[in-house]
Amino acid sequence: MALYTDIVMDHFMNPRNVGSIENADGVGEVGNAKCGDIMKMYLKIKDDKIEDVKFETFGCGSAIASSSMATEMIKGKTIEEALNVTNKDVVDALGGLPAHKLHCSVLAEEAVKSAVKDYYDKNGIAYDKKKFPECENCESCRMV
Amino acid sequence: MMKIYADNAATTKMSGVALEAMLPYMTEHYGNPSSLYTIGQEAKEGLEAARATVASCIGAQPREITFTSGGSEADNQAIRTAAVIGARKGKKHIISTKFEHHAVLHTLAKLEKEGFEVTLLDVHETGLVTAQEVKDAIREDTCLVTIMFANNEIGTIQPIAEIGKVCHEAGVLFHTDAVQAAGHVAIDVNAMNIDMLSMSGHKFHGPKGVGALYARRGIILTNIIEGGAQERGKRAGTENVPGIVGMAAALKDACDHLDENAKKVTALRDRLIEGLSEIPHCALNGAKAPRLPGNVNFCFEGIEGESLLLLLDAKGISASSGSACTSGSLDPSHVLLAIGRPHEVAHGSLRLTLCEENTMEEVEYMLKEIPQVVTYLRNMSPVWKELERGEKQFML
Repeated sequence: MALYTDIVMDHFMNPRNVGSIENADGVGEVGNAKCGDIMKMYLKIKDDKIEDVKFETFGCGSAIASSSMATEMIKGKTIEEALNVTNKDVVDALGGLPAHKLHCSVLAEEAVKSAVKDYYDKNGIAYDKKKFPECENCESCRMV
Repeated sequence: MMKIYADNAATTKMSGVALEAMLPYMTEHYGNPSSLYTIGQEAKEGLEAARATVASCIGAQPREITFTSGGSEADNQAIRTAAVIGARKGKKHIISTKFEHHAVLHTLAKLEKEGFEVTLLDVHETGLVTAQEVKDAIREDTCLVTIMFANNEIGTIQPIAEIGKVCHEAGVLFHTDAVQAAGHVAIDVNAMNIDMLSMSGHKFHGPKGVGALYARRGIILTNIIEGGAQERGKRAGTENVPGIVGMAAALKDACDHLDENAKKVTALRDRLIEGLSEIPHCALNGAKAPRLPGNVNFCFEGIEGESLLLLLDAKGISASSGSACTSGSLDPSHVLLAIGRPHEVAHGSLRLTLCEENTMEEVEYMLKEIPQVVTYLRNMSPVWKELERGEKQFML
């Protein structure tokens, strides 16, 4: 289908890392059902590294593909590296998204950040709050 | 893999009857119907024969039919016409419903900016208005009631004859957007007291880019397109003769086989509704009756419509949804919101619209595939998981 690139369709039809992690070290949920997109990300973290990641997404094809791609991009990476993954990186890795779907990639970036923030909070690790915008203030809901 | 076209409310495949009727008007009788020489007059004859055919299918007179570029233009022209007539008498109130097509709603919104007052009637959970509700909304200064014959998303059929009656008793013009109804439901403009009616060729196996506006004799149309004297000066531009001829042939074919087609398609629809109803936490959108023969529209809780459509497409099924992601806006379908579906639920809608070319085999294939796809998406949906764990209440 011409709406999405082959990579988007591949990640939509065969999403990687779908599911949840029991006793995850960090869980982040962004978006809201009213707008039609929710992403939930689960992280297993060991020695500052993302050992495992799973996601659950309620949303359109590009939301599912963005979640899948983001999990692939952060799996096995350090937290620092994961936090540096931007929505643009996700879009580029997907070979592009239609303009009105770019917010899905923002949601993926925010889901990762939200899960890391949860990990930090749970473990009493100090962090720069400015790097972790509250979901309702994030770009995703303003871009549409 | 099976290929199933189940989006006949979006558009239909053109029939062989329509195509054959059109071809000579592209290759032989290609003259301009306004020209006086033979080849032009041949085109003119085709045009006028098409007008008579369209008129006869809805119980109108040929001179009451104006050809347009489609349903949207016909809706625009009908409403503008009533507004001009009303304004002349100081009547600037219009009644419609919340779930009209945007061709109607956006025209009404423009008129509001021009000083008209618009009352949009509630359509309830059933997707139906009553004649009494229309009657109660009519005021001294009401110039128009415009209510769609059948809804394009949920297929509910309005009590048009009763509404027409109350409009006429009150001396108010009555327009109906019959884009989804023409060729599928019997229409008699006189018996139903319809003053203006819009239709579109490609919704009943005719070509795209052509439609018609019926306006009762005596209603002077307001031009939307200015220019030459085509269509008795009320719609400028050289007539789309092949399109018009094709539309007329398709409409006649549809009306000639109306009962037979309706019976067949209704049986397919009812089996599909029955089968899909077995999926947990789903609901049919709009009353089951009176409903267009081919319309099936469900909401499935916990999933989003666009991903549902993509997965169905991969299984060879062409369908549509009222989810925001398919519309390019943040809000899901205004029709689903109008019948009271919450945003969360409206995002998970699926519309399947059938025609007489669909088969029971196709319906059974869809009933095998759709529940699997719904389950697959629910299994990756955090919304569904919350519902399952009882952290949120099911709405359906």
